[in-house]
Amino acid sequence: MANIELRQVSKKFGESYAVKPLDLHIKDGEFVVLLGPSGCGKTTTLRMISGLEAVTEGQIIFNGQDVTWRHPSERNIAFVFQFFALYSHLTARENVAFPLQAEGIGREEVKRRVAQVSEMLKIQHLLDKRPGSLSGGDQQRVALARALVRQPAAFLMDEPLGALDAEFRETMRAEIKRLHIDQKATTVYVTHDQIEAMAMSDRIVVMSRAEVQQAATPTDIYHNPANIFVASFIGSPGMNLIPGRYADGSVHVDGGSFTVNDGWRAALAKGLDADGSVIVGFRPEAVEVLAEGAVRGEIYAADMHGSYSMLHIELKRDQIVHIRADRGPHYRIGETLAFSIRPHMVRFFHPKTEKALNPENMA
Amino acid sequence: MAANSAPVRTPVTISTRVDQVGLRPRVAGAVRAVIAIIIAVIMLIPVAWMTMTAFKALPDAVSVPPKVFFTPTLEGFVNLFTQRRQLSAQEWEAAKQRTDLNWAELIVLQRQQTIIGQSQFAGQLVNSVVIASTSTVLSVGFAVLSAYAFSRFNIPGKDDLLFFILSQRMLPAVVVTVPIFLMYRQLGLYDTHLGMILLYTSFNLSFAVWLLKGFIDEIPREYEDAALVDGYTRLQAFRKIALPQATTGIAATTVFSFIFSWNEYAFALLLTSDRARTAPPSIPLILGTGGIEWSTIAAGSLIFLIPVVVVTFALRRHLLRGVTFGAIRKG
Repeated sequence: MANIELRQVSKKFGESYAVKPLDLHIKDGEFVVLLGPSGCGKTTTLRMISGLEAVTEGQIIFNGQDVTWRHPSERNIAFVFQFFALYSHLTARENVAFPLQAEGIGREEVKRRVAQVSEMLKIQHLLDKRPGSLSGGDQQRVALARALVRQPAAFLMDEPLGALDAEFRETMRAEIKRLHIDQKATTVYVTHDQIEAMAMSDRIVVMSRAEVQQAATPTDIYHNPANIFVASFIGSPGMNLIPGRYADGSVHVDGGSFTVNDGWRAALAKGLDADGSVIVGFRPEAVEVLAEGAVRGEIYAADMHGSYSMLHIELKRDQIVHIRADRGPHYRIGETLAFSIRPHMVRFFHPKTEKALNPENMA
Repeated sequence: MAANSAPVRTPVTISTRVDQVGLRPRVAGAVRAVIAIIIAVIMLIPVAWMTMTAFKALPDAVSVPPKVFFTPTLEGFVNLFTQRRQLSAQEWEAAKQRTDLNWAELIVLQRQQTIIGQSQFAGQLVNSVVIASTSTVLSVGFAVLSAYAFSRFNIPGKDDLLFFILSQRMLPAVVVTVPIFLMYRQLGLYDTHLGMILLYTSFNLSFAVWLLKGFIDEIPREYEDAALVDGYTRLQAFRKIALPQATTGIAATTVFSFIFSWNEYAFALLLTSDRARTAPPSIPLILGTGGIEWSTIAAGSLIFLIPVVVVTFALRRHLLRGVTFGAIRKG
């Protein structure tokens, strides 16, 4: 199959960067998701990998070969588009067979491979229909079949589920994931939906403002965000980020203070400026509601989420944190609530560089 | 539903059966139909009148009040395609005795005339067909290529070029006719098919590029991107993907270009005389001696109208398919 390497690849439109110089190594068989808000350069990156967009500078290497200036058709890749890009003047069958015809493959072989791939995606009954008469999910299945039929070295997918209704999206997500497990094909997948990214990928590349913010496993991205952007972008709601001040082994925030464990002390002492100001980050599920909790605030609102409650706590005016609590008791708005942050789930960021601080030895 | 039990009449509120639709919607439908028919009649009266006049004998054509019922004759058409001579009374009597005259000669004989040869109209019609269709094919062909390029590639100075192309149409014809006349005379293009084809092609081209660019812009790039990664070259992607999707636009542009070249009057009048003269400048010259030959003019206009109708109808399927085309949904 393929491993894909991007070396200092960048793209400029006019004077401004669409993608700043970027290094990325995608291993053979890996499912990598490029995740970011719209306009962050993720689609441009994908299009550069495919060859549909020329790079401004840098090199793209497929299996050790420089393909930077190769035509898309010479890269042995398949592209799946958000709006399916099925040829509406052809039937589903002709659409699936289309890439094989480009290679001049014999009629019998085309028939065999179309049959094989349509069985895999369960679209046999749709083959004689035109794309216009198919549902969104079925259109995307046909588009996936067209991508699969050539047995390409890598799949590039540009928000393939973005145009689908919510109910199809769940199903197709599972199908694509399953497909990847069966095929073990290198896949680069672009999305702005973090749930998709979390659910499907081996590795997430978070992009923002034309730059890679962090490239790591979903677990790492979620628990150890590299900077404030990743921390707030991932999760819904994102990580709570509140300003605080570190001094002598404890952190003071509005609403209370708490001590940090030894692993953090050295890192905080070394990493912060002299005044000790720091951004404290913690996920909503990193807290425990306790009467003797270290931080206090007023209940601003409480949402019932079925298996849990999401509480919005006002530490001071206009500073609200979101915490996850048992659905048990009734939380009355305006009441004061105390909670503590589980020590191993707290994260710290430098307020100026916005980068995460790393403890000496992670607990 | 409850079909097996005894039928119970319930008042029908919504039905697809015409005989069960309530009075009010039926009246509204009828009113709409009447209005549509009135508009259609108003629009068609001139065409119908022209068609009738083409089949009238001269006295019927100029009679006051106008005649709606008349004996149809091909006199106008015969006059259009022939040159005739007035017979003296003596010759007329002699001609009446002859039995070897064909139908056309019999028709002109009624007006004491005899056919002495073909008129130039047939040749001018052929000129019109050749010049209009060649220039249409050329301008649409070139326009598809350049519109595709403008739509898909980053061409340096693209906006300026597009404006330059548009500006080709900004000068009114009267301003450029004389310079073009002088230029054509120097170049030996005066009164040639080539000259007229070049002229109409360049006129249509600017308009066709803009029109087609709009249509091609509407075709999502993803189609061609998909073809490119599927292993096709840019040219194959253009031919197999973009071109079939652009049929609506190409059909519309073809109709517009053809109508322009077919109808163009001013340049044809000034830049042609015998060899390359097209039909439009010659129709008014049919006026004739001793009274306006209305049926001949109407006959010429009617024949002149037919190719435009044919081209438009031939392409109407593509024209109507319009925007319901793509399978790409814009989310």
